[in-house]
Amino acid sequence: MAQAGGHSPLEQFRIEPIVPIHLGKFDVSFTNSSLVMVIALLLITAFLLLGMRRQALVPGPFQSMAEIAYEFVANLLRDTVGNEGKRYFPIVFTIFMFVLFGNLIGLVPFSFTFTSHIIVTFALAIAVFIGVTILAIARHGWHFAKFFVPPGVSVALWPLLIPIEIISYLSRPISLSVRLFANMLAGHTLLKVFAGFVFALGFAGFVPLGFVVALSGLEFLIAFLQAYVFAILTCLYINDALHLH
Amino acid sequence: MTERKPPHSLAALDARVREAQSRQAGAAAKEPAAAAGASALGFAWRVGLELVSALVVGVAIGYLLDRWLGTKPWLLILFFVLGSAAGLLNVFRLTSGLGGTVGYRKAPEAGAATERRGNDDDDE
Repeated sequence: MAQAGGHSPLEQFRIEPIVPIHLGKFDVSFTNSSLVMVIALLLITAFLLLGMRRQALVPGPFQSMAEIAYEFVANLLRDTVGNEGKRYFPIVFTIFMFVLFGNLIGLVPFSFTFTSHIIVTFALAIAVFIGVTILAIARHGWHFAKFFVPPGVSVALWPLLIPIEIISYLSRPISLSVRLFANMLAGHTLLKVFAGFVFALGFAGFVPLGFVVALSGLEFLIAFLQAYVFAILTCLYINDALHLH
Repeated sequence: MTERKPPHSLAALDARVREAQSRQAGAAAKEPAAAAGASALGFAWRVGLELVSALVVGVAIGYLLDRWLGTKPWLLILFFVLGSAAGLLNVFRLTSGLGGTVGYRKAPEAGAATERRGNDDDDE
């Protein structure tokens, strides 16, 4: 995990093009980040396909894990959205697995954490945000505008409250993406900083080494927790779009 | 392995199957699970984040409108205040168990009795 001294703890986040591609003015190079995303997709596909290959009544270890992942998201969706939510299972499951595998792959030494880049998490969050908004408008048409009008408030206050509600609504993708990004960035930077102390302190280096071990455990927890948070907030937003107040 | 655990009684299994089936068929939607962030630290994180993200959106809107309309500082100031208010609103929603959502789903019961003037929008 710790490359020998002299490296910045932030170097792990550097994006390096592997296959440079330029389309017009845009740099769409295939980078190390893209590579890890492709690996994540392949791993997810392999995990589910291999897990469900035999479909035994009494599941083996891999089938069991695939079933746990499925049931976890299905229950999450049912608890937050209700039975209607089943239609949105594919998107929530995809997002959950993508974020989870992104977080977990990042914990493999010498790999890359694409969820520690704000642009990746923001793209996910804005996709959820736009999708949910379209869903709400498709479901409710012009009634959607009532979403921003707090019930039981006199008309005189509407010019003040409606902009506040709209800002509050627009802040969703930001808080959604920053939460994931900041957690991964902070965790991985902290790991590298402590790992740097191991060499710097010489003999006393076993103290930060112990911290690194403990923090690695914590990072596993956070990897799962943040994927869960991302998924549950997606569910809550879908619920909002389906059942306006 | 000669000694094994006794098999689950069929009655217990039957009960579990029926429970799972009724869950599949869909009991009514429960309250949205008190939004994530199991630990107190996680909760503190969320509060700070909700405050700041709404403020960022407000300031961004004010700044862009200012550039567009050429009303240099005024809309920025206005939307800074509105953004702060939206941030506080987000935190209020978070802490009062409305979830990280827009809207006041719990409001009708609580608000109907006390709020008298709000009859302007009667079509629900």
